[in-house]
Amino acid sequence: MTSSETRPGQGQPTADAYSRMNADPRFADLRKRFRNFVFPATVAFLAWYLLYVLLSAFGRGFMDTKILGNLNVAFFFGILQFVSTFGIAILYSRYADDKLDPVSSDLRNELEGRR
Amino acid sequence: MNDLTILAASEATRRTLTLGLFAVFIAVTLYITLWASRQNKTASDFYDGGRSFSAVQNGFAIGGDYMSAASFLGIAGIIALYGYDGFLYSIGFLVAWLVALLLVAELLRNSGRYTMGDVLAFRMRQRPVRTAAGVSTITVSIFYLIAQMVGAGSLVALLLGIGKGEEFLGLSQGAAKNVTVVIVGALMITYVIVGGMRGTTWVQIVKAGLLMTGATLMTIFVMVKFNFNPSSLLGSAATESGKGDAFLNPGLRYGAGDWKTKVDLISLGLALVLGTAGLPHILIRFYTVPTAKDARRSVQWAIGIIGSFYLLTLALGFGAAALVGSDAIRAQNPGGNTAAPQLAEELGGGAGSLGGAIFLAFIASVAFATILAVVAGLTLASSSSVAHDVYANVIRKGDVDERSEVRVARLAAIVIGAVAIVLSIFAQNLNVAFLVALAFAVAASGNLPAILYSLFWRKFNTQGATWAIYGGLGVALFLVIFSPVVSGSPTAMISDRDFSWFPLENPGIISIPAGFFFGWLGTVLSKERDDAKYDELEVRSLTGAGAH
Repeated sequence: MTSSETRPGQGQPTADAYSRMNADPRFADLRKRFRNFVFPATVAFLAWYLLYVLLSAFGRGFMDTKILGNLNVAFFFGILQFVSTFGIAILYSRYADDKLDPVSSDLRNELEGRR
Repeated sequence: MNDLTILAASEATRRTLTLGLFAVFIAVTLYITLWASRQNKTASDFYDGGRSFSAVQNGFAIGGDYMSAASFLGIAGIIALYGYDGFLYSIGFLVAWLVALLLVAELLRNSGRYTMGDVLAFRMRQRPVRTAAGVSTITVSIFYLIAQMVGAGSLVALLLGIGKGEEFLGLSQGAAKNVTVVIVGALMITYVIVGGMRGTTWVQIVKAGLLMTGATLMTIFVMVKFNFNPSSLLGSAATESGKGDAFLNPGLRYGAGDWKTKVDLISLGLALVLGTAGLPHILIRFYTVPTAKDARRSVQWAIGIIGSFYLLTLALGFGAAALVGSDAIRAQNPGGNTAAPQLAEELGGGAGSLGGAIFLAFIASVAFATILAVVAGLTLASSSSVAHDVYANVIRKGDVDERSEVRVARLAAIVIGAVAIVLSIFAQNLNVAFLVALAFAVAASGNLPAILYSLFWRKFNTQGATWAIYGGLGVALFLVIFSPVVSGSPTAMISDRDFSWFPLENPGIISIPAGFFFGWLGTVLSKERDDAKYDELEVRSLTGAGAH
C-alpha cells in the first residue's frame, strides 16, 4: 500500500506514529495476546489433523475398529475433526472479543486521533 | 403405453423442467446483477462491494465462493464410489478454514485493499512483487476456472441426458458441452463486468442458500429411509457397494498397500489444509466487510455453513451408495460426479416418476448455480489482480485514476473469460478433481508462504517474496508435469506416452516445503530490509489503524 492511497478527511497516522506505537508496551501486549492464542492453536489443530491423516494412511487396523454398530474409529475420528474445528473457531471468537478487540480499538482510535 | 414411451415422456419432462429452472436462476441472477450495477459508482464498489456487506452476508458469500461443483458433486461421488476416503477430502477442506481464521483473514482485511498483492507488496518494491502476485493469482484462478467449466460441460450433458452419439436440439454430446462452456463463460463475464463485487457477492449468497436447501432436503429424505440411524445407513451402503466393511474403512481409493499411495494421501491432505488460505478468490472476500471483526465473524459463519454442508455430503454420498448403488452410478459417470443428481431422482420416486424428474431437475439447477457462482468469483479475483496489481502498479507505477483502473479490470474479465472458455473446450477430457487439487497445491506452495512471511517475519523482503511465489509455483507445476497424472498411467492426460518419474499425483508434500524454503533463502540472500514499514504493517494489521 502506498501512502498516496490515503482517504481524504481522515487522520492518516504518519510513519513515525506507527513506529512509536510499535514500540509502545500496550501494543507489545496486544501482539503477545494475539500470538499467545493463534500460534499454539495453529500448532494444535495442524498436529491433530496430521495425526488423523497419518492414521488414515498407516494406522488402518486401528481406524477400522468398530465402535457402535457400523460406526468405526475412522468415522468418529473424522467427526471429531469437525467438532474441534467448530470448537477452536468459537473459542477464538470469545478470546478475541474479550482480550483483543478492546485493546486494538483503543490503540486505533488513539492513532487516528479520535479519542 | 409401453415402458419405453413412458421413459421417453419423462425424459422430455425432465429436460424441460431442468432447462426451465436453469432459465429462472439465470434470470434472477441477471436481475440482481443489473440492480447491483445501479449501486456501483466507485472503484471500491467494483473491487470490494463498497466494503458494505455484513458478516452473515459475507459468510454465506464465502460459502458460495468456496463450495464448488467439485465439493457438491465430486465429494458426494467419491463417497458413493469409494466410501470413507471421500470423507478425507471434506475434512481437509474444512480444517483449512482455521488457517484462514487464525492467521490470515483479519490481518489481511486490515492491511490490504483490493487484492492479495496489496498485502504482499506492502513493504516491498512494488513492481517485482505485484508482478509475482499477479502471475500466481492468474495461474491459480485459471486452473480452478477450467476445472469448474469442464465440470459444467459434462454435468449439463449428463443432466440433460445427452449420451454419446445422441443429439439434443440438433447438438451432439460434444457440441452440447462446448455450448454449455460458452454460456457459462458469457454469464460469468456478465456478472463481473456489470455487477462487480456487489453483484458477484449476491449471486454467491443466493447460490449458498439454494445449495444448503437442496442438500438439507436430500439428507432429510435419506435419513427418513434409515430411521435417522447413521449406522444402518452406513451398513446398507457397505452392502450395496459390494465391498462390504472395506467401504467404511480408509483405503479403498488411497493405499492398496503401496507406500506411494499412502504418501500421496498425506501430500493431498497437506495441499487441502494449506491451500485454502492462499486462494486469491477467497482472500478478496475478506475485503468486502467494514472491519476486521466482521472479517472474523464472516469466517466463523463460513466455517459453520461449510462444515454443515460437508456433514450433509456424507449422508448424500453414503445415501447414493445405499439407494442408487455404486454400479448404477459408475454406469452413468465413471468418476461418480452424477451420484447426487441420481440420488435426487431416486428420492423423488425413481426414474420415470414425476417426483423423480422434479427433484432431479431441482438438484441439477442447484449444481449449475454452484458452478456459476464459483466461476464469477474466480473471474473477479483474476481481473482485479490484472487491473490493480499489474496495470495500476506495475505498468503505470501507481499513477492512474480509479476509472481507468476499473475499465482495465472489466476488459481483463472479458479476456480472462475468453481464455478460460477456449482452454476449457480443449480440456474437456481432463479430470476435474485433479485440476482443483492442483490449484490448491499451487496456492499452498506459492501464495501461503509469501502471505505468512509477509505478515509475521520482520526480515522478509522483495527477493524472499518473489522466490517464495515463483519457487513454490514452479516446483508444484514442474512435479505435476512429470507425475503419473500427466503421462504414463491409463488415466493420464497423455496416456500413450510415459515421461513420468515423480511417483505422486499431488506435489504438495515437496512443493509446499519448497515454497517456504525459497522464501527463506531469497530473504537471507538479500540485504534489503525495511524495519519502519514492518512496524507499520504490524500495527496496522493488528489494530486496523489506517485501514481502508
